[in-house]
Amino acid sequence: MKQTSRIISTYSADTFGVCSALFELGGMTIMHDASGCNSTYTTHDEPRWYDMDSMVYISGLSEMEAIMGDDEKLIDDIVSAANDLKPKFIAVAGTPIPTMTGFDFNAIAEIITERTGIPAFGFATTGMNTYVHGASMALKALAENCVDNNAARSADLSANILGLTPLDFSVNGSDASIAEFLKNAGFRVISKWAMGDSLEDIAQAGSAHVNLVVSSTGLDAAKVLSEKFGTPYVVGIPMGKEYSDVLEKALKDAAETGKNQFPRSELPEGDIVILGEGVTSVSLASALELSCGKSARVICTTECFRETMRAKDRAIIWEEEIQQELTKAAVIIADPMFKPICPDSARFIELPAESCSGRIYRDKIPNLVCNFSNFISEVF
Amino acid sequence: MLKRVNAPKEVPNIGIPIKDASFPAPFASGLEYASPARGTWNIVHTGMLIPEAHEIFVCAASCLRGVVLTAAELGASHRFSTVEVRENNLLDGDMEDLVIDGVSDIIEKLPKRPPIVLVYTSCVHHFAGCDLDMIYAELANRFPDIDFVDCYMNPIMRKSGLTPDQLMRSRLYKALKPRGIKKGSVAIIGNDLPTDENSDLMQLLRGNNLKIHEITSCENYEQYQEMAESEFYISYYPSAAAGGDMLAKRLGGKHLYVPFSFDYDEIERGLTRISSELDIPAPDFSGKREICEKALKDTLALIGNTPIAIDYTYSPRPLGLAKLLLESGFNVQRVYLDAITGEEKPALQALKENYPELQLYPTVHASMRFLSEKEPTNYLAIGQKAAHFMNTNHFVNVVEGGGMFGYHAVLHTLELMREAYNEEKDMRNLIQIKGMGCGGCI
Repeated sequence: MKQTSRIISTYSADTFGVCSALFELGGMTIMHDASGCNSTYTTHDEPRWYDMDSMVYISGLSEMEAIMGDDEKLIDDIVSAANDLKPKFIAVAGTPIPTMTGFDFNAIAEIITERTGIPAFGFATTGMNTYVHGASMALKALAENCVDNNAARSADLSANILGLTPLDFSVNGSDASIAEFLKNAGFRVISKWAMGDSLEDIAQAGSAHVNLVVSSTGLDAAKVLSEKFGTPYVVGIPMGKEYSDVLEKALKDAAETGKNQFPRSELPEGDIVILGEGVTSVSLASALELSCGKSARVICTTECFRETMRAKDRAIIWEEEIQQELTKAAVIIADPMFKPICPDSARFIELPAESCSGRIYRDKIPNLVCNFSNFISEVF
Repeated sequence: MLKRVNAPKEVPNIGIPIKDASFPAPFASGLEYASPARGTWNIVHTGMLIPEAHEIFVCAASCLRGVVLTAAELGASHRFSTVEVRENNLLDGDMEDLVIDGVSDIIEKLPKRPPIVLVYTSCVHHFAGCDLDMIYAELANRFPDIDFVDCYMNPIMRKSGLTPDQLMRSRLYKALKPRGIKKGSVAIIGNDLPTDENSDLMQLLRGNNLKIHEITSCENYEQYQEMAESEFYISYYPSAAAGGDMLAKRLGGKHLYVPFSFDYDEIERGLTRISSELDIPAPDFSGKREICEKALKDTLALIGNTPIAIDYTYSPRPLGLAKLLLESGFNVQRVYLDAITGEEKPALQALKENYPELQLYPTVHASMRFLSEKEPTNYLAIGQKAAHFMNTNHFVNVVEGGGMFGYHAVLHTLELMREAYNEEKDMRNLIQIKGMGCGGCI
């Protein structure tokens, strides 16, 4: 495999997924990197950067520090900044060079906690996976460390939303629309991981009856909460009336039975292809199938969990293979950055995602939770 | 409206009076913040200056992400490709194969064969001890019709030897092939933005009917190659100087580094040196200082005591500009910079002696996340970062000197200050555009 892209984009990386997942929670996130990661993340992957004061930094790693294994400089710098700025927690995420030097993120996190009294987490991201991997690590760490273990199940029907970051949902109100869907379905939303809520809200997550996983980034956290609290999870995003009804029923079934649910439709293979993150794409495909009776298959272009996909779906990340898969498609729904590799014979429907094209098409990213019918009118 | 996310109750004020500033690093290094001001160029923008060049970056995803989208935002994705380094490549030690096969694969897939390919390797290649010489030899062997240039995205080396910026500016001219030197032919090198036709440099060269080459005006690869006929290579942007020396040594011309400046004596020394080296009549400086002084007075009469902030992205001489304005009676309150260059040492000393309370602020210090003004101020900012930190729409929106040079830099800066005083700009949106002025290089 030559690992080349002649023209398509590179997805946001795992390091940035950590930053995005933790952005609103009052912590300090440090990318252990020489330079460039901070500018990349805050320019292209973080639409909240201008309007929210979140502490995301790089370490400014130098050649000599890397060669000499001078971790003390990093620790001192973090301790100094933490003493000044008093974050609620500290997260250190990796990039390629710390990966090469075998940097021990957990050990450094322990030392930082010892010296500051502030909880610290190490995330051994490599900069070589997509944001899904990094955001998953961060949300999983929240589930393991930041949720009150003594939380009792709430008396009323309640849910958490897991896997919310602007990389998948932008800042177009999709997060609020999902919460509204749950409310209308009779669920009180306890916490949203991690847009629009605080660390204190997340601490109460153990009291929920069910977890709604709205992107692949939330699945690992859901599994931890399932182990810790026995909370079942349901994977999917409400889109369109028909699929939203299916999802609502799955949520209620899960709350009642305690069994995890993967609600979806799977018609025999057709000629509509959706490219993108797995949960978003399978939800959209299911919504299309249930509302229009047209079959849609998914090519997941990020890391994905097999259990969230259907038999006809595939996970492909390299340009040449994606291009081959698209040769027979009649309709392609994807981020505009994929358009140059799509056959001229196919109709291309733009579905931009921050995780793929960053800020370029931000104004065109639809809120499919409440505007699915507008979107579908474009497809058919 | 800015929303606080558990912002600290108190953030230490980290500004310092210039009298206390140490040289060259007035602020302790530490965690680094990135302000939303993005107008300065990066190595993608600069590489695009070579007409018909195709850029191929060989890096990890985290490194590719920013450059891919830089190219996309420029509308230059068709001139940009990537080879993605994965963990298996670090473990298997097949980095050389990855570069050679990846670059070859991309070239074979391009709709049109480019005359030149810029291959950017990264920190991981440096740390893995990758045999870059072998890689480029093999690529040249496979594609003899293409000029390959070794470029680098290795910010980990920014504190060791040439900076990535210096390296990139030197690589812009590496593909130039020796050809006969033409007398009276001059190349201005190393600046991202075209030298202003009204600048003293262009006026001097044009006034003496010299043939002027500048990469920013090359429309095709052949025109680019014609730069190699130059008898003199002139650079005025500090990061260009190292590359200019390499170029002259290789092609046989003479490199003149004549620094950008706001100091009248230094301006005249530079232009006089150029005329002397090129053996053309010395420029007539009579009346120039008086014109500048009048413009300073007129601008001061308009702007009055309005507080002014300057940052280092506006020009290579933030302290030099502060000195000029303060000596003319302007109310310069702050200068934003993270380091002080050797060229600024005289201005630093003069400011320490005469304006010791002038405040210096860093731009990347962790506390700067919380030290931008939350409400709009009445500052007049010179530079994007100063505009952001002071939260003002009255700002001069120029990066990297904007192609100014000589007395023209003084006069044009004052003109832009008057304009900024009189008219508001959409600061929030303007400063977030990457690579200001690069749209024309595609």
